[in-house]
Amino acid sequence: MALAAETVDLLAARQQMALSLGWHIVIACFGVGFPIFVLLAEWRGLRRQDPVARRLARRWSSALAVLFAVGAVSGTILSFELGILWPRMMADFGDVWGLPFTIEGVAFFTEAVFLGLYLYGWERFSPRAHLLVGLPIPIAGVASAWFVVTANAWMNQPRGFDVDHYLATGQVRDIDPWAAMFNPATPVQTTHMVLAAIMVSGFGVAAVYAVGRLKGRRDRHHRLGFLIPFAIAVVATPLQIGVGDAAARFLAERQPVKLAAIEGLGETTDCAPLTVGGVFIDDRIRFGLQIPCGLSLLTHHDPNSVVQGLDEVPPEDRPPVNVVHIAFQAMVAIGFFLLGLGAWWAWRRWRSHRLPESRWFWWAAAAAGPLAVIALEAGWVVTEVGRQPWIVYEVMRVDDAVTDAGGLWAGYTVLLVVYAVLTVATIAVLRRLARSPLPDLEPSREPSP
Amino acid sequence: MSLAEALLALMWVGVTLYAVFAGADFGAGAWDLLAGGPEEGAERRARIERSIAPVWEANHVWLIFVLVVLWTGFPRAFAAVASTLYLPLTAVAIGIILRGSAFVFRKQFHSVRARRAFGAAFAASSVITPFFLGAIAGAVASGRIDPAGDIDVVGSWTSPTSLFGGVLAVLVCAHLAAVFLTADADRAGETDLVEWFRTRAILSGAVTGLTTFAGVAVLHADARHLFDGLTDRGLALMALSAVAGIATLVLLARRRCRLARVAAVTAVVAVIWGWAAGQYPEILVDHLTIEEAAGARATLQAMVWSLAVGAAIFAPPLVYLLRSAAKGDLE
Repeated sequence: MALAAETVDLLAARQQMALSLGWHIVIACFGVGFPIFVLLAEWRGLRRQDPVARRLARRWSSALAVLFAVGAVSGTILSFELGILWPRMMADFGDVWGLPFTIEGVAFFTEAVFLGLYLYGWERFSPRAHLLVGLPIPIAGVASAWFVVTANAWMNQPRGFDVDHYLATGQVRDIDPWAAMFNPATPVQTTHMVLAAIMVSGFGVAAVYAVGRLKGRRDRHHRLGFLIPFAIAVVATPLQIGVGDAAARFLAERQPVKLAAIEGLGETTDCAPLTVGGVFIDDRIRFGLQIPCGLSLLTHHDPNSVVQGLDEVPPEDRPPVNVVHIAFQAMVAIGFFLLGLGAWWAWRRWRSHRLPESRWFWWAAAAAGPLAVIALEAGWVVTEVGRQPWIVYEVMRVDDAVTDAGGLWAGYTVLLVVYAVLTVATIAVLRRLARSPLPDLEPSREPSP
Repeated sequence: MSLAEALLALMWVGVTLYAVFAGADFGAGAWDLLAGGPEEGAERRARIERSIAPVWEANHVWLIFVLVVLWTGFPRAFAAVASTLYLPLTAVAIGIILRGSAFVFRKQFHSVRARRAFGAAFAASSVITPFFLGAIAGAVASGRIDPAGDIDVVGSWTSPTSLFGGVLAVLVCAHLAAVFLTADADRAGETDLVEWFRTRAILSGAVTGLTTFAGVAVLHADARHLFDGLTDRGLALMALSAVAGIATLVLLARRRCRLARVAAVTAVVAVIWGWAAGQYPEILVDHLTIEEAAGARATLQAMVWSLAVGAAIFAPPLVYLLRSAAKGDLE
């Protein structure tokens, strides 16, 4: 059976958006979290007159330069694609949800300007002034992430215009961009994303030094390079699990279909079970471990509370359940793995003020980097695929937003090649940076008077 | 001036700064392509790298700024431009990815082979990107974006006006870059480089001027509406641009490098504002006026306020960055 041309183009548009966003989100996380580690290393170098920490900061800043550049260009593409692929959404709602992007632009400007001064100002500024020049970078990075995610939150909880009037007439009126930005999903989604960025970059950078440890590198440079990002990621992990729990309860109240897809809950029921693993076949989960009344307990703190199932909406309004269900399971499993890893490290640190010696720990820490990235992507799949078939939840369907211009497959194929090359090149450059020999230590300089 | 016009003027400031600063960065990539073999071109490429490395990302952000203001403030215009011109926009997108990443990647390598590969990607994309941006400008200026009509995904940006726009954009970028690099080399006392870039600044300036003359005929035949506007409301600015362009060449010939930079920037700024004056009050020539395209008033107000506060935050450090870079303090 041949698919209709529109169906093929819709699929191409979705694949292209998923590829570009899924790629950018990883790099963007490093743009948010990595500057924090760089500045902490520099701060330690300054405060304790520690040349090893200062050298580490300087080395990290080279990697940050590469990641920031790649993040900047891959992010720009997204603003093109919103218009190229989803013009009907942009035409109707550009002035409803666009404000946070404008403010994000300001934050991004601030970040780029200070990064330019920071990266090329090591010799120009005194050590103290250089640290101060770096300070706006993580602040602006977190702000950028926050504002962009408010826009995604709006897609889940569209506010700031007359929804009923739009559904009746297709006309947007009574626009309030601030109400759109501060929609009900904003607090929980932005917090979840910023913590995710810190975890991905923290476990990601630490994994490089864990691999070094497995190869026998135990000097202070490597210990410090592991400790700074790892400690911060470990602190973020339990907070993230708490926020994730709040996110699930938010879904129970505001996007019950997404939660039903996450849990594979076919029918609305009281004493809804919590499902671990399994596959969704014929409207229910098979081969999974079910904890009786667990979902009711988690979402409403009451084992007899009613949780809505997929049957609340007609089949054409349901997301693909297995994708969402499996992605969610992966995210949660990795989250608890990272929690356990952090607990191991904290236990050793509390008992003996040392890093764990066990090679198991270092293997796990090395795996934590890629695993955190997988959890990030999985979480993003849950929120995006879980919203389907809506691009704007219960307001506009994805197939009503896509462009009329045909031939999207060609563009998608070219971009696929470009991203493949970009991925290989970025990894090659970062590996090269990691392997280049360390420069001699600078004599520790007193801060200029 | 209405609120929509005020916001569009702010966006146009962004377009101008992108054209001048990012334009010079793209042009520098074009000269990187023409700098000669690995040995004879090494010094020239090193100069290009030192000049654009600290600033190109900040300069690039103007494009993002322009895009978000356009889609939030004038959503219908943005949707029509993006869906009609998705092919050249995709080319620009790929050009931006390759240019930025290849440039930072190249700096990490020392072997001739790797540097050549990344350098080729950097330089080629530095030419391709402004060409397609110019073609996009040509499509808007010649009335080929119709929000209500059928989408012509190829014909809309392959008209004579678009081709002229593309060629002009590449030439202007190259000229601006040569002028900027001459001034940078002069400030750093790199005498040989000054001569190399100065010759090319004069040459590219002359070619740009001649192309513009030819372009007048193209616009007359293919973009009559814009032509009429340019020769009416835009005439003073067009004349200013011509005078400044000639002044640039004279100043370069007399080795007044810093003044030449001011004159070249004046010429470019005058063209961009002349274009705006020429197609006012339409945002998409022949199809959509500024007021018709404007989004909700509450949103426009929120944007003007956000941008005012935002500019107070980022403008002082941005000016400091560009000044420090121009003085060579960040090399």
